[in-house]
Amino acid sequence: MDNEKCDGCNSENTEMNDILNKYKQDKSNLIQILNEVQEYYGYVPEKAMLEISEYLSITMAEIYGVVTFYSRFTLKPKGKHHIAVCLGTACFVKGSEKILDRAKERLGIDIGETTKDGKFSLEATRCVGACGLAPVFTVNNEVYGKATVKMLDEVIDKCMEENE
Amino acid sequence: MKTLEEINNIRETKRRELDLRVNTSADTREKHILVCHGTGCTSSKSPKILENFRKIIEEKNIENVRVIQTGCFGLCAKGPIVIIRPEDVFYAMVKPEDCEEIIEKHIQNGEIVERLLCKDIDNSVVKKLDELTFYKKQKRIALKNCGVIDPENIDEYIAFDGYKALQKVLFEMSPDDVINEVSNSGLRGRGGAGFPTGKKWSFTKMAEGDQKYVVCNADEGDPGAFMDRSILEGDPHCVVEAMMIAGYAIGANKGYIYVRAEYPIAVKRFQIAIDQARDYGILGDNIWGTEFSFDLEIRLGAGAFVCGEETALLESIEGRRGQPRLKPPFPANAGLFGKPTLINNVETYANITKIILNGAEWYSSIGTETSKGTKVFALGGNVNNIGLVEVPMGVTLREIVFDIGGGIPNGRKFKAAQTGGPSGGCITEENLDTPIDYESLKAIGSMMGSGGLIVMDDSKCMVNLAKFYLGFTYDESCGKCTPCRVGTKRLLEILERITEGKGEEGDIEKLEKLSRNIKNASVCGLGQTAPNPVESTIRFFRHEYEDHIKNKHCEAGECKALMKLFIDPEKCKGCGLCKRNCPVGCISGEPGKTHSIDTEKCIKCGTCITKCPFHAIANK
Ligand SMILES: Cc1cc2nc3c(=O)[nH]c(=O)nc-3n(C[C@H](O)[C@H](O)[C@H](O)COP(=O)(O)O)c2cc1C
Ligand code: SF4
Ligand code: SF4
Ligand code: SF4
Ligand code: FES
Ligand code: FES
Repeated sequence: MDNEKCDGCNSENTEMNDILNKYKQDKSNLIQILNEVQEYYGYVPEKAMLEISEYLSITMAEIYGVVTFYSRFTLKPKGKHHIAVCLGTACFVKGSEKILDRAKERLGIDIGETTKDGKFSLEATRCVGACGLAPVFTVNNEVYGKATVKMLDEVIDKCMEENE
Repeated sequence: MKTLEEINNIRETKRRELDLRVNTSADTREKHILVCHGTGCTSSKSPKILENFRKIIEEKNIENVRVIQTGCFGLCAKGPIVIIRPEDVFYAMVKPEDCEEIIEKHIQNGEIVERLLCKDIDNSVVKKLDELTFYKKQKRIALKNCGVIDPENIDEYIAFDGYKALQKVLFEMSPDDVINEVSNSGLRGRGGAGFPTGKKWSFTKMAEGDQKYVVCNADEGDPGAFMDRSILEGDPHCVVEAMMIAGYAIGANKGYIYVRAEYPIAVKRFQIAIDQARDYGILGDNIWGTEFSFDLEIRLGAGAFVCGEETALLESIEGRRGQPRLKPPFPANAGLFGKPTLINNVETYANITKIILNGAEWYSSIGTETSKGTKVFALGGNVNNIGLVEVPMGVTLREIVFDIGGGIPNGRKFKAAQTGGPSGGCITEENLDTPIDYESLKAIGSMMGSGGLIVMDDSKCMVNLAKFYLGFTYDESCGKCTPCRVGTKRLLEILERITEGKGEEGDIEKLEKLSRNIKNASVCGLGQTAPNPVESTIRFFRHEYEDHIKNKHCEAGECKALMKLFIDPEKCKGCGLCKRNCPVGCISGEPGKTHSIDTEKCIKCGTCITKCPFHAIANK
């Protein structure tokens, strides 16, 4: 491929290169690199996997196997408002399932999905560490503690208004 | 780079300067405002509180006041928490807007801001932290510095005996002396299994190998448990120091800590601790001119419960899918990159420096015959004082739940408590007086586990709880062996059927048989313990299973498919609260008259039940 002509890749390359260059070309760094990629893009793009494959000399199959094994890594981009309802035990006992059910109903999507317009995505997490505030949900890392179905409704309403 | 002498100087001067942190009658004109920066309080905006305090102090040009971030104080449910030293006044649920008043009243005029004080279980207002029943029964060893020091400041750690144990070990003790001390202390692994720590160190020391590793297991996969992350957030240096001591004892010069990327605060503070220790020449080559060299690196996990299992953890550090290896060989002989490796849990390490400084005899004087020292629990669920507690082994569950935990909220009744997370079992009322240690918990069908302690009230359905745990283990099974992969799925399917009202005669026996098979045939601890929540809920709450199967009825009213809500006309006062709060608008009724629910439209969210001030809404 003629690299000179492919701008899209080039611009992405620099970001990927920045990440890769922090690490030695050692297989054991795979998960560290994937964590940075996930953090940076919000998911693990196929292109990134290709570059990692080349950099660490491991097959795509192996990388794919690792990406799908760990729940933090996702292959699809998240929505503009990423809602994560905690289903850790402390939150579950405090009724977080009801909040999750309500989120599914309001957004019309299941866990791990993104709405067609790309505005919302939904996830169930296992303990965000704020068990003292259970039940808890987060929207783009902002934590809502002592949550109720009503509170979720209000937050979703606000996000929807913002979308318009 | 600091010489040993310089470090000793820091310890002396800093300790004097920080005396007010631990001594209410400290001779000082200074005041320290401590703002909790554990994950709980950070989530409810404690960084904003810290920022406001600093801004106000600067604007008003107030002298002799410092604002400091600390780790978790323990009483997370009452967060964000602010403590003022030396007087030790304790403010709960502080909002960023409250800072002004605290500064003006408390700091400038010496008046206590009564409205921000916390109430004890007997409803008395408490001014000081250690006056709370929550703290009185605790004994803080692993959490000694948590909530006392700024975790991002190595000098504060040094001030409170930091790196003094390392000094003692390097200059006064042989590796065997260290191992003997740890063995004699009676310390057992806090990661769950309770293996004697000294013995593990000794095996790893004796193993043949040119290169050895020290690993810290900070995966903490039990959902709803936050002991280990709180230690790393509140006192990271104590783990750095203990890993170095372990390295000296077993002959390793390199350590890895495996932490979840999902714990960003813990990761950040631990990295700062490593950087500071390197900067001071505490981590590095020929530490303080001795033969001993040690360096430390963080490895991030990415959310897989099975990676808490030690061999899966090693696979993950090596960059692969975290699937457990067959044992033997044990990590002590062939661990990380095939080399002899010592793996201990965060809390296990957090006890080491104290054992070295105070002696094995002191440590073994605390606790029970077989279980020495203390245990940290993350107390959660239907209990008033949700938070982090550290108690001497031998305390009863009743003391933890009712004294420290302040009992069950909303006037409900205690039903059960679960220790050991998804691998553990439930403990009922009749066993509440069992003194907690490794053996006694096993004897009543549960386990110590890593310290998750979830309390449930009588609104919880135990079949649904078993389903919840199995949903978790099924999700987290690595898929390597069939009994676990397929078996947990089968268990889950049966439990789902039962909670949906489709249970059949013989299901309980099926669950029991399947559970035995999974336990016997699984490769690693995940599969071997996955059926525990099923077995233990059947053992103690068989009648609930039968009620679901035979009567299609859920006594607790949690199983949605079996739920039929109705409003008791005798109790309903027509206040309309339920109607206003129903998210789908399916409650109707005139003010002052009995209301009713359109069960077709009702999504069974339960909001109305909790909102009705007259308890008029119930499950038929
Ligand atoms: C499925 C599974 C999950 C585990 N999770 C953890 C964990 O999160 N943290 C931990 O320290 N130990 C965990 N363990 C126990 C470890 O395998 C190991 O025994 C422990 O880290 C040893 O340290 P210790 O002797 O200091 O307890 C887990 C074990 C199993 C089988
Ligand atoms: S028991 Fe479960 S988690 Fe353990 S190796 Fe087998 S499939 Fe994997
Ligand atoms: S359970 Fe929820 S949806 Fe049903 S009536 Fe009550 S508030 Fe409305
Ligand atoms: S909240 Fe209770 S008392 Fe008030 S209208 Fe509803 S059912 Fe009746
Ligand atoms: S279980 Fe939800 S924050 Fe811990
Ligand atoms: S996080 Fe602040 S008290 Fe626990």
